[in-house]
Amino acid sequence: MTPQSSFMIVAAVRDGQLKDLRALLASMNNLPGHADPTNELVPFGKFDRLHFARFVIIEARTAQEIRAFGVTPRPWQPTLAFLGDIDGDMQTFFLELIERAESGLKKIFSHCEGFSEENQDLLGWMKANNINASATYVNWIGRTVRQIHEEAALHRSLSTYLQKTADDVGRENVRTLRQKLLSYVEMEKYKGRLTLTPPEPTPPEWKMRNLLHMIGIPLILLLLSPLLLVIALIFALRLRMLERSDPELFIRPSREHLAELTVQEDRDVSNQYSVFGDVKPGVVRLLTFKFVLLVTDYFARHIYNHGFLARIKTIHFARWVFMDNNHRVFFASNYDGSHESYMDDFINKVGWGLNLTFTNGVGYPTTRWIIKQGANREHAFKYTQRRHQIPTEVWYKAYPGLTAVDLARNSRIRQGVEIRQSNDAEIREWLSLI
Amino acid sequence: MKDSSDFEFDDLQGLLRFGYGKLTDTSFMLLNIVNADLAKKWLETAPISSALTQDPPPETALQIAFSVEGLRALGLEESVVEGFSDEFIVGMAGDESRSRRLGDVGSNAPQQWKWGGHAAQVPHVLLLLYATKGGIDAWQKTIEGEHFSNAFELLQELPTLYIGDIEPFGFPDSISQPTVDWMQRQSTDTHERDRYSNLLAPGEIVLGYRNEYGQYTARPLIDPRKDKLATVLPGAEEDPPLKDFGRNGTYLVLRQLSQDVPGFWQFLDQVADHIPEKREQLAAAMVGRELDGTPLVPAHIPGISRKEYENDFTYDQDPKGNYCPLGAHVRRSNPRTGDLPTSACGPLDRVIKILGFGQRPDEDLIASSRFHRLLRRGRTYGPALAPKDAIERHAPVAERGIQFICLVGNISRQFEFVQNAWTMNSKFDGVQDEKDPMLGNREPLMSGESTDHFNSPDPAGPMRTTCHLPQFVATLGGGYFFMPGLRALKYISALPANRTGSPS
Repeated sequence: MTPQSSFMIVAAVRDGQLKDLRALLASMNNLPGHADPTNELVPFGKFDRLHFARFVIIEARTAQEIRAFGVTPRPWQPTLAFLGDIDGDMQTFFLELIERAESGLKKIFSHCEGFSEENQDLLGWMKANNINASATYVNWIGRTVRQIHEEAALHRSLSTYLQKTADDVGRENVRTLRQKLLSYVEMEKYKGRLTLTPPEPTPPEWKMRNLLHMIGIPLILLLLSPLLLVIALIFALRLRMLERSDPELFIRPSREHLAELTVQEDRDVSNQYSVFGDVKPGVVRLLTFKFVLLVTDYFARHIYNHGFLARIKTIHFARWVFMDNNHRVFFASNYDGSHESYMDDFINKVGWGLNLTFTNGVGYPTTRWIIKQGANREHAFKYTQRRHQIPTEVWYKAYPGLTAVDLARNSRIRQGVEIRQSNDAEIREWLSLI
Repeated sequence: MKDSSDFEFDDLQGLLRFGYGKLTDTSFMLLNIVNADLAKKWLETAPISSALTQDPPPETALQIAFSVEGLRALGLEESVVEGFSDEFIVGMAGDESRSRRLGDVGSNAPQQWKWGGHAAQVPHVLLLLYATKGGIDAWQKTIEGEHFSNAFELLQELPTLYIGDIEPFGFPDSISQPTVDWMQRQSTDTHERDRYSNLLAPGEIVLGYRNEYGQYTARPLIDPRKDKLATVLPGAEEDPPLKDFGRNGTYLVLRQLSQDVPGFWQFLDQVADHIPEKREQLAAAMVGRELDGTPLVPAHIPGISRKEYENDFTYDQDPKGNYCPLGAHVRRSNPRTGDLPTSACGPLDRVIKILGFGQRPDEDLIASSRFHRLLRRGRTYGPALAPKDAIERHAPVAERGIQFICLVGNISRQFEFVQNAWTMNSKFDGVQDEKDPMLGNREPLMSGESTDHFNSPDPAGPMRTTCHLPQFVATLGGGYFFMPGLRALKYISALPANRTGSPS
């Protein structure tokens, strides 16, 4: 099994370079906000370990909101971020990046502070400017881009063949049908038209770290539990007080801002989402935020790692990142369906989880006991999330046309090819997926 | 407990409560305002029907709605206009991103519409006239009265024709309608009600009341200290010092959808090898109901025939679509799902469900239908054509279709969501790259993957696929309107002349 990892290279954009940088990034697109996979700067399509990538210029468009808390906004320089979700480790992927896109990346990063196009050690710079997320979510840990493509091809091929065969053989003859399909797959594999690469062995080092993480975090929490319980009580009361006194902001996003965002959306079955905002002032808020993300990350790694995040089955990758010395937070996700349906799913299915996290962000609708209300204040929630959303300059998805549900189905189809079903009901179930 | 007579039906336009089914003659007029003062004068005395019941039932009815340009032309302050939702202000065809979301691309693109396709074409006023059979001309004359012809320019009278309680393809129409819970007796709290219910909070349909989130949808509120005229308006429930211009009003979504009736039946006839039963079976699978309206899911109560529960069912017993395909038109339009995947028994079970455990991979993709309901008030147009005549090679050609109307409190969460996330979504509930078999455009995905097919899951195993579906329904026009309450109409008609905007 090949585990996934992510990177996020950030650097402030040099004064006066913003416009040029935007134009340069736009030259990578063939649709607003959508990368041409063969673009010359970073030919994303050539990287067979890359799931998603994006270039986003992080601007503090809502920086003034924190004034409502009596706090002066901290300065923020527009910052370029290059994000990617990949199979395997970052180090070797960076080497691949340099091999295939050195000049393009240099051209892009030359708009950033601390980078000069000549004599720059690109690898060192990228590593130095990479920041880690506090929590990451991967829809299916271990599912590689290669596997996704192979399984999609398998599904396509089987689906065409099944349609031709079902009527000849008879739909009721499920065992014969399965036999035909299996022989067909063997033949296609033999002819080189289908490939089903077996999974790589899991890197032992990752396995060990994962195990330590899985046991370690609960163990530490357990050991600290007497202390934590006391703290939790104080925190709960303090948070409740803050909830009651925090100013509620109900600011409608401008239509220009919305248009800038929507022009990039609904071009295909998936969309991207980037939001950026301030952490509410005070140590209680920050610690709560950090703790909730620690737990989120734990659950994402060890429990929600095969197809669903609580009731949500439409998120491919997501991450929560603290920036600006923990004063600001950035969230990015890649999801299926329209923005409106993503948000409604959030509110209706996992409003509690959203509240738990973002109640600590400036502008989030008022919560009660940090899991109630919040997102359920529909208008306030939808306004604030759109206000804090920032456009993505360049977005790449390695498998257009496929949703996370499609990917899970394709894997089940492949499983059915490799592991024989034991009874007719199971065969029928498998056939119904194709 | 409050009585239903407590509801301010006298301030609602009647369409919010009645379908006016008995008034089979209709005239839907698209108007532009050419003289705002005369238009307001006309409006002052126009006999707009309220939602009060009448005995005997009325023989005529008149309803009115305005586009944002219409409100501006009548002189509504920009600060009030800004209280409306963005969808209403920008308009159905006013933004390419919205068109893409609604599936108005390719042959459905607004550039090809007959009306409303670009900003200058959006009508100011939509006038809906209803009368009993044969009475529409006289009614039209009566309401036009003086001022009308000088006040308005008739852009178009949308065709309508009553062909029985069916839509042009031949299926019964408007069976699935929410029942507005006028007295707000049903809780909107998901802890008290996590199953599908047909009762709907009034705020989902009428502005100024609590919606299914228990919240008030944003709408124009006016400070009467700054605007004396506003004293005629009702107060805002959640903010009493302010007057509520939206209260008892609703958004009216209108779309002219042309239906290729011969195209539909001839395609099915050919796929079904000209066997009538097979043809009707496939049609029923695509629609999600039989030709007589019977739903396809099995009767859940032994002894009750399926016919008797034409609206009293959910798809809970049919999660894979073996009886009613997942992609069938009525299943997409209202999946009838509750807030939780299946009813929770006990608090622990509830927590397990909320945390997403114990589910099949294709379960719970579509939930909480209650936030996406539409109150439909459409009318058909074009001569009736029975399926058996439609399959003839020389079936009479005519423009047929539906003037689709729905009333909603939130255009984006209701109409646009249903259109985008359900109807046009090639991945709805896990279906494999197919759009609504009836309503869908047939545009391929960005990857080039085609979407012009329809899958019927089959308990025997492999799905039955119908390929190369032509497009049966095309959008010919559309717009977003606001249908004010009667007091808001008074406010509009009293707007001072010097505030008149610039009619285009």
